[in-house]
Amino acid sequence: MDVAIEVRDLVVVRGHKEVLHGIGTSVATGGVTGLLGPSGSGKTTLMRAIVGVQKVRSGSVTVLGQPAGSAALRSRIGYLTQAPSVYADMTVRENVRYFASLYKGVTRADADRAIADVGLSDAANQMVGSLSGGQFSRASLACALVGRPDVLILDEPTVGLDPVLREELWRKFRELAASGVTLLVSSHVMDEAGRCDRLILIREGRIIADDTVDAVRRAADTHDLDEAFLRLIRAQEPVEVAS
Amino acid sequence: MSPRILFSTTRRVLTQLRHDKRTLALVVLVPVVLLTLVYYLFEKQPGVFNEIGLIMLGLFPFAIMFLITSIAMLRERTSGTLERLLTTPLNKPDLLFGYGLSFGLVAAVQAGVATGLAYWAFNLSTAGTTGLVIVFAVADAILGVALGLFFSAFARTEFQAVQFMPLVVFPQIFLCGLFAPRDQMAGWMQALSKVMPLTYAVQGLQEVGAHVDPTPLMWRDLIIVVGCIVLALSFAAATLRRRTD
Repeated sequence: MDVAIEVRDLVVVRGHKEVLHGIGTSVATGGVTGLLGPSGSGKTTLMRAIVGVQKVRSGSVTVLGQPAGSAALRSRIGYLTQAPSVYADMTVRENVRYFASLYKGVTRADADRAIADVGLSDAANQMVGSLSGGQFSRASLACALVGRPDVLILDEPTVGLDPVLREELWRKFRELAASGVTLLVSSHVMDEAGRCDRLILIREGRIIADDTVDAVRRAADTHDLDEAFLRLIRAQEPVEVAS
Repeated sequence: MSPRILFSTTRRVLTQLRHDKRTLALVVLVPVVLLTLVYYLFEKQPGVFNEIGLIMLGLFPFAIMFLITSIAMLRERTSGTLERLLTTPLNKPDLLFGYGLSFGLVAAVQAGVATGLAYWAFNLSTAGTTGLVIVFAVADAILGVALGLFFSAFARTEFQAVQFMPLVVFPQIFLCGLFAPRDQMAGWMQALSKVMPLTYAVQGLQEVGAHVDPTPLMWRDLIIVVGCIVLALSFAAATLRRRTD
């Protein structure tokens, strides 16, 4: 299968505000797609729609050929929420083992491997509530990785991490992508954009660029992705163009 | 429902409790302290503790478990773990019955200690067996768990959740026959007490207190309480939404 995630004419209203205005994109199987945009642009909403926990007004989201949120998808998709969602009153290992137990055929050894993958082996027996912010979010990440999902939706996975850890996590993401996993990674830091295969730039609920990293650079006529983002926004400003 | 996920969820909730030693200690000790107070309150009035103390063995676990579970479920909701769980293969009943089982287990310990104290230290005497008293105490506790899980769906904050306790628990205590015999209540109050599950839990305990052998009424009461537990858990499952705004 080529297309892992297909979004069509997606409209999402939260409260009384339309957050996503009929956006569409498709993400190919395997590889890392970066979802970039300022805070409040609709990144998290789009990710929640893909995972199937967001009420949508209209449009469709299909993941691995099935409607987002369908029961068969739940064992194939891993979701890291922006705010770490793990149990603060258990140890790292107890948390990851619990999430491992929710997936058929995922063992305790897999749980320990996921803990090692996020660099928390030394803190495995520590209570999550006593961890630092960065460790906390890595514990949460381990719980998203442990089910060996085919599609990984990661909402700001590297926020607040030191450069060395960030490097290691990105290496892990690349490794997963090479093994055929589809990753959608959100970030508002542009220097992470360069590590992706494709970029989706989103602003105020609209997609303003959706292409390979090189193509985005070419379109904006600059190597600097920060600058590219700015130029693309300015280019859109006079007329509103749906992507 | 998957037995594997149900079992691991039960274990997970117990693990969380195991790390919270003070809560565990409170769960066991609070009924003991309250029961002691009730005993000395009626020390000079022979026979009263046999009636009131017996009912208390069912009331305390009910009220305490209601409060604990509604807060536990609220935490699951506000910490984002609930939303995350609902993106995994876990089904809603796995989670709710997992809570029911784990807190039921804790309630069994709680009921065992409180009942033991009532019999051996305070000379509680019942015509029926101690075992049946414990069965009802545990059923009451699980009823509290089930109602707590259901009502926590209507609370967004801890302030709200805590207030559901007096709202849901107190009327059931007022109308269950503890303060005034049910047949002396106004018609509409009798009707209310008839639809409140705690009424049957208390009536069942009274049946155990008064009769050597289990009576048909006692079995009917037990079946009603268990039925209400299953019903409340199913309603609670229906209030869990995978998709939210």
